[in-house]
Amino acid sequence: MKRVLCAATAGLLAVAAITVGASAGPIAPGEVKIDDGKITASLTGQPGSAVKGREWFANRKLGNCLACHSNSDMAKEEQFHGEVAPSLDGVADRWDEAQLRAIVVNAKQALNPDTLMPAFYRDSGYTRPLKDFEGKAILNAEQVEDIVAYLKTLK
Amino acid sequence: MATRQKTSLPVRLAAVAGLAAAGLATVALAGGPNDNKLVIDGKEYVTELPAPEGSPLKTLYSGWRFRNESTQAMQLDDFDNPGYPNVDTGEQLWSKVDGEAGKSCASCHNDASESMKGVRAQMPKWNEKAGKPMTLEQTINACRENNLKAKPWDWESGQMLGMTAFIGSKSRGMPVKVQTDGPMKEWLEKGKEIYYTRVGQLDMSCAGCHEANYGKMIRADHLSQGHVNGFPLYRSKWQKLGSMHRRFKGCMQNIRAKPYEVGGDEFVALELYTASRGQGLSVETPAVRN
Ligand code: HEC
Ligand code: HEC
Ligand code: HEC
Repeated sequence: MKRVLCAATAGLLAVAAITVGASAGPIAPGEVKIDDGKITASLTGQPGSAVKGREWFANRKLGNCLACHSNSDMAKEEQFHGEVAPSLDGVADRWDEAQLRAIVVNAKQALNPDTLMPAFYRDSGYTRPLKDFEGKAILNAEQVEDIVAYLKTLK
Repeated sequence: MATRQKTSLPVRLAAVAGLAAAGLATVALAGGPNDNKLVIDGKEYVTELPAPEGSPLKTLYSGWRFRNESTQAMQLDDFDNPGYPNVDTGEQLWSKVDGEAGKSCASCHNDASESMKGVRAQMPKWNEKAGKPMTLEQTINACRENNLKAKPWDWESGQMLGMTAFIGSKSRGMPVKVQTDGPMKEWLEKGKEIYYTRVGQLDMSCAGCHEANYGKMIRADHLSQGHVNGFPLYRSKWQKLGSMHRRFKGCMQNIRAKPYEVGGDEFVALELYTASRGQGLSVETPAVRN
């Protein structure tokens, strides 16, 4: 019980820290607009961390981008790379930051309505989502920005 | 002779252009099914055949062809098959008296090698009394309740898995052959709709993995065509035998979708439809997968 309370308090503090840190708070999934395959502004109003983005990219519970994509930058530490999507080597040469952000947020809008790639920053409109994920996006705004920052390093 | 070079170059270029443009390689470039043959006790099983008319696939491949050699090897010999002890359990239960009627399965069905031959290959089967298709598990439980006056078994219980493995083993090597016409048509359509509907937070359909991308790796998993000819089957991940609906459930949960109910109409329809996609593949029960 005490542990739960502590965890809850810690969570509250973390949330408070975020809202204090970023002046306006992140743009909510429902409010993000993709224009011509682009989202120009950072979802958090701040640049992401490429170091953290690299971690979210490989994390099976977050980006899990390696499920479908291969990425030579991770050839050493990650044994299994997917083959169902194009390699992300040099992806920053093909797309600019605004396009990469749009692809991560919602590839079905940014790239192709039938793509296998999930939308990572969309929290509604799903069919039969598992209860734990109902009303939630796969990534939060910060994680999206971190991944975008990381993708920009793949030249 | 010259034409060979002439055609192959544009074809290759087109494939590269397709990769760059759409991002999706429709040709299985890497991996694909391996060429090994499934032979058990000197009998060769059909793990590859031209797809039937109307199939979205060109060639059908059993899931066994996508497993690595160490997993494949376990299915080549019943002594190495970790699912095989379930068959023995089922055989014992077959002639064991259970329930208030004082009967066993054998009281009515006698020798399972004859009475149960080909039954698995045709499941799910239309049941006139129920007015719907019934899976093997449902048929067994109906006999337990109505004929043995015994309690139904849980689908993943040792008894049920034993009985489905035992009955399934009597169809081993026979081609999957489910009814798709008449009253089954409506169920088939329902199953097809489920198969192609994107669900869950990952917003994917069965077809997105098992039709569009079979033969490729999805992280550490080598995608098969998702056929059901091996069920119930032993999975090393489960460390035991499991039913087909358990597998459906797992695939849905992996894409963060709320699974349908095990034994519910949706999964029965999906079972019928997935079985129909694999018509002609040999029944492998109890198959081995990872
Ligand atoms: C379920 C499979 C899947 C997952 C998971 C996935 N993608 Fe994709 N992604 C694709 C496919 C397929 C394409 C090709 C686009 C198409 O289908 O038209 C693609 C395309 C892309 C592209 C454009 C590539 C190019 O060179 O044109 C980028 C960038 C991208 N994905 C980034 C990501 C990132 C970052 C993640 C993790 C947060 C991710 N993807 C997760 C399937 C996936
Ligand atoms: C994200 C990709 C993905 C989706 C979507 C998916 N599966 Fe699977 N499925 C897998 C993987 C990976 C395996 C294990 C390797 C293999 O056999 O493909 C598997 C295995 C199976 C198997 C076992 C095949 C065998 O030979 O033992 C069946 C049956 C199956 N899936 C059915 C389905 C059905 C029905 C759906 C839709 C409800 C579905 N899958 C959706 C990835 C997926
Ligand atoms: C009192 C007799 C009786 C007993 C006992 C009995 N059944 Fe049945 N069973 C039937 C009848 C009648 C049918 C329907 C007619 C048919 O299709 O053979 C049937 C059908 C089946 C079928 C479907 C066969 C097919 O061709 O589709 C299976 C499987 C089955 N029973 C399994 C069992 C099992 C397992 C047990 C023991 C737990 C059992 N039965 C006990 C009478 C019995």
